[in-house]
Amino acid sequence: MAPALRRRTSFGKSKRLWRLSLMSLVESALAGDRLSLTRLLTQVENDTPEGRQALAALFPHTGRAHLIGVTGAPGTGKSSLVNRLALHYRTQGKRVAVVAVDPSSPFTGGAVLGDRVRMRDLAGDPGVFIRSMASRGSLGGLAQATAGLVQVFDAVGFEVIMVETVGAGQSEVDIARLAHTTLVVEAPGLGDDIQAIKAGILEIADILAVNKADRPGVENTLKALKSALELAHPVRHVFRHHGKMETVEAPDAPVYNSWIPPIQKTVATTGEGIPELAAEIARHVEHLRQSGDWAARERSRLRSELDALLREALFARFREQVKETRYEEALERVFRRSLAPGEAVRILLDGC
Amino acid sequence: MSERKIRVLVAKPGLDGHDRGAKVVARALRDAGMEVIYTGLRQTPEMIAEAALQEDVDVVGLSILSGAHMALVPRVLELLKANGQGQVKVFVGGIIPDEDLPRLKEMGVSGVYGPGASTEDIIRQVKASVAA
Repeated sequence: MAPALRRRTSFGKSKRLWRLSLMSLVESALAGDRLSLTRLLTQVENDTPEGRQALAALFPHTGRAHLIGVTGAPGTGKSSLVNRLALHYRTQGKRVAVVAVDPSSPFTGGAVLGDRVRMRDLAGDPGVFIRSMASRGSLGGLAQATAGLVQVFDAVGFEVIMVETVGAGQSEVDIARLAHTTLVVEAPGLGDDIQAIKAGILEIADILAVNKADRPGVENTLKALKSALELAHPVRHVFRHHGKMETVEAPDAPVYNSWIPPIQKTVATTGEGIPELAAEIARHVEHLRQSGDWAARERSRLRSELDALLREALFARFREQVKETRYEEALERVFRRSLAPGEAVRILLDGC
Repeated sequence: MSERKIRVLVAKPGLDGHDRGAKVVARALRDAGMEVIYTGLRQTPEMIAEAALQEDVDVVGLSILSGAHMALVPRVLELLKANGQGQVKVFVGGIIPDEDLPRLKEMGVSGVYGPGASTEDIIRQVKASVAA
């Protein structure tokens, strides 16, 4: 490790020196230095100019990793499942990065990030890197910089990157735009069959894991999920009705996708069902590659990332060009109900 | 550019299984706007140093009630340095006899807190140590 890296890289001292050390940070991170990697992650997470520059330098190296999203309600066992899956991928010799997001307080901005507690089996393995993130005000289940962190891990050669979302409710579905494979984790006793047909989180599942499958009620959960999936992906039914065999052909519903999400029972605490779950994940990757969905997902992922950056940049440019006083004036008029917000936007934009 | 958050690793090295104090401190630091990474019980110094590296923290808080602090703390400090993280501030909480305080300070520990320490003092000193 270069001696320059031993010091905390402080920016602001000398612009030129910093730029030099930034590029050496990028280079040594690419060469596998973990201290450089962790510093880069911090710069990217804090969205510093240096972090953006680093992302630009790393970008050509990205696009190789398999991104697995893990989401589900709080307490379903996402962290424990990530822990088990990571151990499984390590037996295959793959390098694994984990980005674990937990919520920030909306009041103080502080956070307690506790996902590592369930991942202690991974400690001491240089082929694993776990980074906890606070959501910092984002509402979609990820933090704003999560995509950036994933890119850094991808660039420096982690083959599997698992992103664990904030314990998600029903509509925290940003993960589906980021990941190649989205794993939705359910557990027995969380809701009835109406929950299972609601829009939102179940729709984004590529694979459903019913964790804590050693608990009572698991059969009901499986049944509810299965019937919800069958509604979404009609299949041919053959059954006995009043002693007669009946056949109901699947309607020619528009086929959005030939992939039908499998449901896998797991017990993360014992490791039961983990090899089978990993096999389903592998099958999904195979499906993505063969159907061409891999490229389609990459494209839509990059599109949403580009859009987000564009929105942010446009807003920043707008705030630079429009005087604070004009903005405040407009806000005041909106506040007094003499101007509708939509009108205010039109006036502000036309003015610059 | 978003505001820089203070990141703190709260860890329990050694074999005692009491983490109430660690949780109280974690919660207090959270309420002071910091991002606290909590590692859970029975961590080895190696695990703590590795977590501090992966999380790029500014501060490590060690909670020790087993009396093994004179063995565990120097080891954590040593490993942090070996990893290139000598700048990380280390605080210790738990049952620490007064006669050990000078030695701990000498090793480079930024603060030691026993039973009854106020969380406000801890927050203030953690903030000051990071700003320094």
